[in-house]
Amino acid sequence: MPHCKYLIIGSSHAALEAVSAIRMQDTEGSLTMITRDSHLPYSPTVLPYVVSGRSKADNVALRDQSYFEQHAVEFVTNRSLSSIEPDCNTAVLDNGDRWQYEKLLLATGASPIIPPIPGLDKVKHLVLRTLEDAVALRDASQKAKKAIVLGAGLVGMHGAENLAEAGLEVTIIEMQTQVLPGYFDPQAAQMIQSAFDQHGINMKMGHKAVSISPQSSDQQNTGCRVELDSGETLDADLLLVSTGVRPIFDYCSGSHLQTDQGILVDNHMSTNQKNIWAAGDVAQAKDFYSDTKVTTGILPDAVEQGRIAGMAMSDDPSLKNYSGGVPINTYTFYGQQAISVGTSDSSSGPLNGEPTDKLEIELTVDSDKGYFQKIIFKDNRLQGISGINAALDPGIMWQLILRRIDLGAVKKEFVAQPLETGRRLMSGTWR
Amino acid sequence: MGIGYNTITFNQDKCDGCGDCMLACAQAKAGSDDIVHSRIQILTTDQPSGDPQASDSGAIELAMCRQCGDPKCVSNCPAAALTKNATTGTIDWHADKCVNCLLCTVGCAFGGITYNAEIGHVTKCDSCDGNPACVKVCPKGALEYNTSGSIYNRISDKDDLFVPGLSACQGCNSELLIRHTLRNVGTNVVVATPPGCIPGMGTVGYNGKTGTKVPVFHPLLTNTASMLAGIKKQYNRVGRDVTMLALAGDGGVGDVGFQSLSGAAERNEQQLFMCVDNEGYMNTGMQSSGSTPAGSWTSTTPVGKEMQGKRTDAKNMAKIMMMHNCEYVATASLAFMDDYYEKLDKAIAASKHGFAYLHVYAPCPTGWRFPAADTIEVCRKQVESNFVTLWDFTPEQGLRFTRSTDNPIKMAEYLKQIGKYRHLSEAQVEHLQRRVNDQVRSLKAFEQLTEVS
Repeated sequence: MPHCKYLIIGSSHAALEAVSAIRMQDTEGSLTMITRDSHLPYSPTVLPYVVSGRSKADNVALRDQSYFEQHAVEFVTNRSLSSIEPDCNTAVLDNGDRWQYEKLLLATGASPIIPPIPGLDKVKHLVLRTLEDAVALRDASQKAKKAIVLGAGLVGMHGAENLAEAGLEVTIIEMQTQVLPGYFDPQAAQMIQSAFDQHGINMKMGHKAVSISPQSSDQQNTGCRVELDSGETLDADLLLVSTGVRPIFDYCSGSHLQTDQGILVDNHMSTNQKNIWAAGDVAQAKDFYSDTKVTTGILPDAVEQGRIAGMAMSDDPSLKNYSGGVPINTYTFYGQQAISVGTSDSSSGPLNGEPTDKLEIELTVDSDKGYFQKIIFKDNRLQGISGINAALDPGIMWQLILRRIDLGAVKKEFVAQPLETGRRLMSGTWR
Repeated sequence: MGIGYNTITFNQDKCDGCGDCMLACAQAKAGSDDIVHSRIQILTTDQPSGDPQASDSGAIELAMCRQCGDPKCVSNCPAAALTKNATTGTIDWHADKCVNCLLCTVGCAFGGITYNAEIGHVTKCDSCDGNPACVKVCPKGALEYNTSGSIYNRISDKDDLFVPGLSACQGCNSELLIRHTLRNVGTNVVVATPPGCIPGMGTVGYNGKTGTKVPVFHPLLTNTASMLAGIKKQYNRVGRDVTMLALAGDGGVGDVGFQSLSGAAERNEQQLFMCVDNEGYMNTGMQSSGSTPAGSWTSTTPVGKEMQGKRTDAKNMAKIMMMHNCEYVATASLAFMDDYYEKLDKAIAASKHGFAYLHVYAPCPTGWRFPAADTIEVCRKQVESNFVTLWDFTPEQGLRFTRSTDNPIKMAEYLKQIGKYRHLSEAQVEHLQRRVNDQVRSLKAFEQLTEVS
């Protein structure tokens, strides 16, 4: 039976960060990284750029083979986890291999949600989560003429922009009334949406696809017809499903691992089972704002969690508690930058239900220049800041939120110049 | 052993916010006079908040890439467009891989990698390939290109010639010093460690075992220099060129050890005599020595009704040795490693012809009463306040300061870190300040003699 000290399932940001953290403490302990993917590690976040052609599919690896050799990491591809037996420290793979571990990290990420729309399973549709998906979407976009994108989240918005740039006629269908919900408030979302409108993308907001069928005229069965709740029908020869992702933890059944929307972990990314940790998109960990546990699906959070898990697994004495998930998003569209750190909307999300007299909201908008900046304070502490074409250092804003720094004395300057004031505050804090 | 890197350092106290660095950076990196292109951003505030409690009290701050050892920007990059360069230590940005997602900026809490809207991608400091434009133009010396990292590379493959597990106190400056020193001196040496902390921490060993991987012996406090002189003469007679190194405390140098030291210096014996000056007999229970500054609490100069610490001033041993007209005399501090290494090399070379004397200031956490983690900071402020000064001397060159004594920090900044000065009255602080000013003035007079001749 193969055996290793550290067994890591997954090969993206959380897994890679855990390997770095482990190797800082323990340069020799046997370490195996197993991925269901067939490539060197890459980030799902880079995939829209593979679709657009900005990144080459063979040039996005986050580590090369020599990294694994240098750091004594055994890298196993094309294998997924099928079950765990925590009582005997054993992980069972899809080919029946039984791996004995001393410490196990589950960083299996997430996979696209396929919504239960009648007929969707009968038509060819694309998703965007793996490198194969990206290459397939890129190829399809070169042949197709009309595209429908289901969902106006990050993947959908990136996908729609890429498809439109490739010359397709694109429609986005989104159940909610705004794009990028959770990251931007309705007003900012509207500004982002209007850029899409201006570029000729058909935005069907607040609409549901109620049924999907193959296009009757199409013999090769690549096209589809989507019927909306309004009764309107739309035809397309490319259908991209981007209605969110769901953590992959089907292998947990029978393992007594506590799960909810993801695998539940404590502040050291430890699961309820001995010698098992989870990090990244699959983990459901402490929220920064509340006592609940959340799955965030945010790259910088995956990095944080992976680091903490690796430190915990290798008994790093400087291990600290996870400070809690904060929604963070940087989004570039049509050459414009949208940044959101922390909560962006007081009427939904973590601040929903806060007495409004406790919240202070500073809003600056110049629609002509496409400029938007919204700052939310509570008790003189930053809760969230979001901006479009506004200069911000998101890393500094994140720290101001996490450290709950009192901005009372500098609030006016901060609102007028968040970039300079934030930098000055953090530079002073570091000393 | 890891690898050390050169870095740009910012001395906030010296910066007047002139902005020349930003202009130089914008010109070097974008051929523009617009400081929006500068990758170093000096942050001044026009209207200090006036609230001393606020972290934003009008001080000049800095936003620039720190070239982190464990960079979050690199971890956050989904496109492998940022890498830590193992040779130079800078974090390199690769234009061909960057996808403009800005996730790197989420990882940076220093404002060190930022989106430049005018050119449409992120920019960061690349240290100008080891020749930073900003440092060259700084008129105040607020920016320095710190090359001490290369010292560690230079010595990393040399053997540490002391055993692990010497029993020095936590935070001991002397242990750091002797390990660095012997690493650089090498194995062709005989080491003498007269009574004091250095043999006390186990360098001469216990129970018949040695703590040093080269020949070492334990002379009396009184005869270190003369014993080394005798050994050197015997080696010269048999035709072997061996370095003679004394690692002595300030008592073994300036008090009871002085007569043999002065004699050896006068005869210009070929040896390197190092004084590790922790301002007292720390090994035996923190008694006062001739190097203990006025006002210091020690176990023999207590603080109470009759006495407020030591009543007399320290003697300046380095200056006294300079008056012997030795082959080489220098003072050093471990907060300034580049400077120390330069002087150590010169002292080793000088000891081949005659007497070389190195006086290293060695703050002692146990005896001086400060936290063990603050040793190097105390070293640094000791120099920055001019409490001690860094200079070297040869008979041909005369005295030369190796670090400017202009614009010292306030004496109180140095004293307040240290428990043995906690009781000082204003009059005592003033006395120390006068003493320091006198010392600087006197040494500057020697420097002027150097310039005239």
